[in-house]
Amino acid sequence: MKIDVDHVAKLARLGLTEEEKKLYGGQLARILDYAETLNNLKTEGIEPTTHAIPMKNVMREDAVHPFGDPAAIMANAPQEESGMFLVPRIVE
Amino acid sequence: MKNDLCKKTAHELSSLLKKGEISSVEIVDSVFSRIEAAEDKVKAFVSLNRDRAIEAARAADKLIKSGDNTDPLCGIPVAIKDNMCTRGIATTCSSKILANYLPPYNAEVVDRLSAIGVPFPGKTNLDEFAMGSSTENSGFHSTRNPWDLKAVPGGSSGGSAAAVAADETIAALGSDTGGSIRQPAAFCGVVGLKPTYGRVSRYGLVAFASSLDQIGPITKDVTDAALIMNAIAGYDAKDSTSVNVPVPDYRSVLVNNAKKFRIGIISELVGKGIDEDVKNAVKEAARVLEKLGAIVEEVSLPTFEYACPTYYIIAPAEASSNLARYDGVKFGHRSKEAPDLLTMYYNTRREGFGAEVKRRIMIGTYVLSAGYYDAYYLKALKARTLIKNDFNKAFERFDALISPTAPSVAFKAGEKVSDPLAMYLSDIATIPINLAGVPAISLPCGFSNGLPVGLQMIGEAFAEEKLFQLAYTYEQNTEWHKRKPSL
Repeated sequence: MKIDVDHVAKLARLGLTEEEKKLYGGQLARILDYAETLNNLKTEGIEPTTHAIPMKNVMREDAVHPFGDPAAIMANAPQEESGMFLVPRIVE
Repeated sequence: MKNDLCKKTAHELSSLLKKGEISSVEIVDSVFSRIEAAEDKVKAFVSLNRDRAIEAARAADKLIKSGDNTDPLCGIPVAIKDNMCTRGIATTCSSKILANYLPPYNAEVVDRLSAIGVPFPGKTNLDEFAMGSSTENSGFHSTRNPWDLKAVPGGSSGGSAAAVAADETIAALGSDTGGSIRQPAAFCGVVGLKPTYGRVSRYGLVAFASSLDQIGPITKDVTDAALIMNAIAGYDAKDSTSVNVPVPDYRSVLVNNAKKFRIGIISELVGKGIDEDVKNAVKEAARVLEKLGAIVEEVSLPTFEYACPTYYIIAPAEASSNLARYDGVKFGHRSKEAPDLLTMYYNTRREGFGAEVKRRIMIGTYVLSAGYYDAYYLKALKARTLIKNDFNKAFERFDALISPTAPSVAFKAGEKVSDPLAMYLSDIATIPINLAGVPAISLPCGFSNGLPVGLQMIGEAFAEEKLFQLAYTYEQNTEWHKRKPSL
């Protein structure tokens, strides 16, 4: 199996070195080959299971619950200005 | 004698505390003397906090003295796996990307334990973001098995299991996505329970694979696991997958009686691919249960062999989505090389994540990407239905299923790091349980070459009480749990 490692890494927003690309390319191919043993399993007409315990969407009351300590959230920001997260310029 | 307090179980210490013979501060002191002696060899912790633990112990002592009807865990130190949020205390997931992350809130389980007076000695090591089976994928350091320092403690909750086995804490919390509580518990000769999905709140547990993750206890015996479950189980509105089913008193179900218990021993897990010694120990455990009046028969789960490939599609798929949040914007590491937004993402994630996490993000991204979704992800979700059906069918005939927890005892450090697939296969016995969402417990049932063997007992969804009764009965009639490693 051939995997377009560059494309997948880009989708995942992962910067990889050439070495890593080679290593993961080979390992991913082996792991996916193994995953393909699932093709031996007949699944026609079988419903997919996303959660083992049946559950429905849970809605909470649409009300404001103030968070105790917003400063503690902002303290984790790599870059911050006036209570806002700072990122490199997006629009010229 | 007081230096030996760390060696006792939570329930033993609890009765000494209530009689006023010891104090919680003395327990915490004993635990930290032990940490001083053993931690250099075991390396179970990512961070320690003696001052906070002593402060909590003092408060617990006051509470116990006041004569209020305190919880049995009041004053008993419990270590927390470092993927559960602790307010103002670094929560790293053993990842460089979160090395300096200080959560602004507590995980629900941390709040619940804190409220009943539990001191937290420290945060335990794990495979980065709980991805791994040996704790060698930690971004900081490897943890070693207290029974053999050349062997791995298992993973991903290897720090929690090793700390309990080495008496560096009285009990611990772990999390289990594909075996991460049970396999390290087995490798370290302690008890580990993965509760039913939805039984314990995941609020504040850093997400790996959200449809599989569950928090549970790692303890020195079954009674202690029941005490912890009494404290942490139950509905939490903050976790939308938490299930509102009444929680029984798990301690009251600890009855030494396995009469007429219908037990299925899983044929696929006592056959090829499982070490001889492990197989024999589990079969011997089955004979012990039979002598105690249980009815043991073999049962085949034909889809069992498909659980591992199913898991290694679903778990990475969910992980690739969950870990998209580590982008260097709101918290965690941000690359210094960030001239534009896209480069910031690439470099932040390259620098911050270790090899196994990158590998799983790549697998997950691939199986979810356009053109492959149906062939891999949807196929795996359908396989999951069939695996679940196999369990349902088995539970029409049996009260519990048993198997080895892992195909071997603890392997040597370094043995499987370069072969991801071989590492993945060390979870074949535990993974199906997470896919089916049912509870399972691992407890010691023998030794091979001086290393503990784990016996896995699997129950129906929300029937932890049956598992507890069976596990307790086995434990009361065997001595394996009383052995300690000589460190």
